[in-house]
Amino acid sequence: MYSAIVEHPIDVAALLNRVSRSANGAAVLFLGMVREMNDGRDVTGIEYTAYRSMAERELATIVAEAASLAGTDDIAVEHRLGQLAVGECSVAVAVGHPHRGRAFEAARYVIEQLKQRVPIWKREHYVDGSREWVAANNSAPSALVDAGGDR
Amino acid sequence: MTVTVLLFASYADAVGRSTIELDLEAGATVQDVVEHVRELGGAKRLPPAPMVAVNEQYASRDRELRSGDEVALIPPVAGG
Repeated sequence: MYSAIVEHPIDVAALLNRVSRSANGAAVLFLGMVREMNDGRDVTGIEYTAYRSMAERELATIVAEAASLAGTDDIAVEHRLGQLAVGECSVAVAVGHPHRGRAFEAARYVIEQLKQRVPIWKREHYVDGSREWVAANNSAPSALVDAGGDR
Repeated sequence: MTVTVLLFASYADAVGRSTIELDLEAGATVQDVVEHVRELGGAKRLPPAPMVAVNEQYASRDRELRSGDEVALIPPVAGG
């Protein structure tokens, strides 16, 4: 298990490497990226800040919970702080598991819990020069999973 | 007793600072800290019941504080 709050670009290949073992038939990599538009406004970049010591602690707790739920210790996550441009990666979650189902579930668990519990905030910078703290995270229901079942 | 209050993001902007030292009566709770901070200039923009962490762990409103505790007022989180 590995989790970190970092201030440098996330090396996603290195993160994936942390969870890759010959016993694992699946590896899932989730990346959160800075989007060019939010609520209809053109975004030029996002500034991330955190209550860093608590964020590190909370992130480690979430990874441990996911490991326990999914039955794998091959979980690695990094969240980046600082000024990020559109298209840059703000968060990466990698999970390795013998089977894909648990790998997907664990990755989903980590990113959803992170968005609800880890004390990180973002301030969007807009094309018109203004900037605003983003109020909160919207939940993202898993309609595909509900509709599609296990294929 | 003295506790350290930490403010972040929009809450720090509202109050105009990120750290406050508060002198409190023995037996004071998280709720007392929230009320003290909301009396400061600008802090009326803080919600009456923000999320709070004590010593880096989420805490309830009635949590009793000890001298030296670090009390963080946590705006709605927005990581990811």
